[in-house]
Amino acid sequence: MIEANAVYVIVAREFKKFVREKSRLISTIARPLVWLFMVGGGMSRLVPAGGGVSYMQFIFPGILGMTILFSSIFSSISIIWDKEFGFMKEILVAPISRFSIVIGKAMSGMTISTIQALIILAFFPLLGLKIGMANFIGIILVSALLSFSLAAFGIVLASFYDSYESFSVIMNFIVMPMFFLSGAMYPVKLMPAILQVCAKINPLTYGVDALKNLIFPFEKGAMSPDFPLLFDVSIITISALIFVLIAGRAFERKG
Amino acid sequence: MPIISVENLVRKFGKITAVDGISFEVEENTIFGFLGPNGAGKTTTINILCTLLAPTSGSASLNGHDCYRESAEVRKAIGIVFQDSSLDKDLTARENLMFHAYLYNVGKFERRQRVEDALRFAGLEDRADDLIKKFSGGMKRRLEVARGLIHRPKVLFLDEPTLGLDPQSRAGLWEFITELPVKHQVTIFMTTHYMEEAEVCDSIAIIDRGKIIASGSPQQLKKTIGGDVIYLKTADNKKAVMELKRLFDGAVSEKDGEIFLSALRGEVCIPKIIRELGDSVLSVRMQRPTLNDVFLKLTGKEIRDESAAAGDDIKEAVRSYRRRHDRG
Repeated sequence: MIEANAVYVIVAREFKKFVREKSRLISTIARPLVWLFMVGGGMSRLVPAGGGVSYMQFIFPGILGMTILFSSIFSSISIIWDKEFGFMKEILVAPISRFSIVIGKAMSGMTISTIQALIILAFFPLLGLKIGMANFIGIILVSALLSFSLAAFGIVLASFYDSYESFSVIMNFIVMPMFFLSGAMYPVKLMPAILQVCAKINPLTYGVDALKNLIFPFEKGAMSPDFPLLFDVSIITISALIFVLIAGRAFERKG
Repeated sequence: MPIISVENLVRKFGKITAVDGISFEVEENTIFGFLGPNGAGKTTTINILCTLLAPTSGSASLNGHDCYRESAEVRKAIGIVFQDSSLDKDLTARENLMFHAYLYNVGKFERRQRVEDALRFAGLEDRADDLIKKFSGGMKRRLEVARGLIHRPKVLFLDEPTLGLDPQSRAGLWEFITELPVKHQVTIFMTTHYMEEAEVCDSIAIIDRGKIIASGSPQQLKKTIGGDVIYLKTADNKKAVMELKRLFDGAVSEKDGEIFLSALRGEVCIPKIIRELGDSVLSVRMQRPTLNDVFLKLTGKEIRDESAAAGDDIKEAVRSYRRRHDRG
């Protein structure tokens, strides 16, 4: 059972804190821009345009994916802070189901990440790319779905750690590899076989690929999307469901 | 019907038995004190009653519902102030209260009013829109107590509510807490290891090493160790002792120029003594047994005995067990 009042207030709290914390907003916008213009700008001299897409354009879906990945995981990891500072107890003794907490937290991550993805999307015209209204709406929907799934994944991670020292472990050993093995920086089809296997079990891969499908749908060369759009969306949806179920179980466990 | 009843409750953490077959009842709209040294099993018991922990065996029920099997019903009926603050430091006082009101599904017409009432009750109306991180310890505690009442619970749990507060805020908080049962029709279940604070309770249970070693009202418990002791100095002690012995048959003695006698109700005896001895009385003082004396007699140690570090060891062992075995 899911209580709407609880989901609403959990999202409202995270949103309020997000708006209040200016430094977090600035850094989450700055990071993707650094990657896009410094890494993308440099690499596009080295990597020839594959078909009609330059390297800087190629990594744009990946950078969107990165923005979503970092902000969703970060939002969910705040559960560890809540546990450390005691606020989690206020939520745990309330007459609400554990699934409401998980859905509330996942939707918090979704709201905040989608807003950030929208901000990054504003730099789209600078790259010399053009898309129609339908694809623009598609990008927002995929961003929201991917954010929800990754935030739910973040809750699963947070349920296994209860001190904030574990934050850097999660960032270095889970989040960064997820980013590099998602096809964000180089196409999955060009990876060595073993890395291709890793990329295929990485939920972010399908998110980035769905965004590639929407941002340059007609690309045919090496930089083209690796999977069909419908396949990507199905995988993200299924993974979101699995993560929510695991996170719900993790919260339900009593000593 | 008691609002809380606990029967043969046991909770083990690995090899440690934190709560060892306790039973007690709490009557509605009273203040119940659950006392004991560190590591005695107080917080474990509270966590079971608050549905945060499953018992190993035995049962606990609150407001007619089983704390483990009907946790949803129990949660609706309780408010809790934890040992450590559970406010969100990055939100304002009003936002913290609003969060609580939504979480407990307080209707939209009452929500605003109840939050305002709670702010006034905590004496924080003028600080309502300040972030919690700017609040003092006493302000936070008052706000937490007020927050715990927003959804009109039947039972309010206060786990060491005065821990870490200065004496002045502590006195203020007690004044505030003792009004609650009458003002809000709520039962207070509190733990403390400051024995003198437990004097405000209607009934008390003392727990040590997971077992309840005594229970009753503060007066009853103090009676178990004998009555008050009256000390007096008179112009002629010898004569006075004779007369007092006749009046109270026995139990009167003299030491270092001071006469002392024990009496069940000292405050009633003093006027009698003065009437009898008249002008020869130079000074009178009375000593009442404290709950600390009760604890000392029952366990042979002071409740706040610093050498009772064994309790802290148990606490640490329970914590590390929980870290390993339950997450979430």
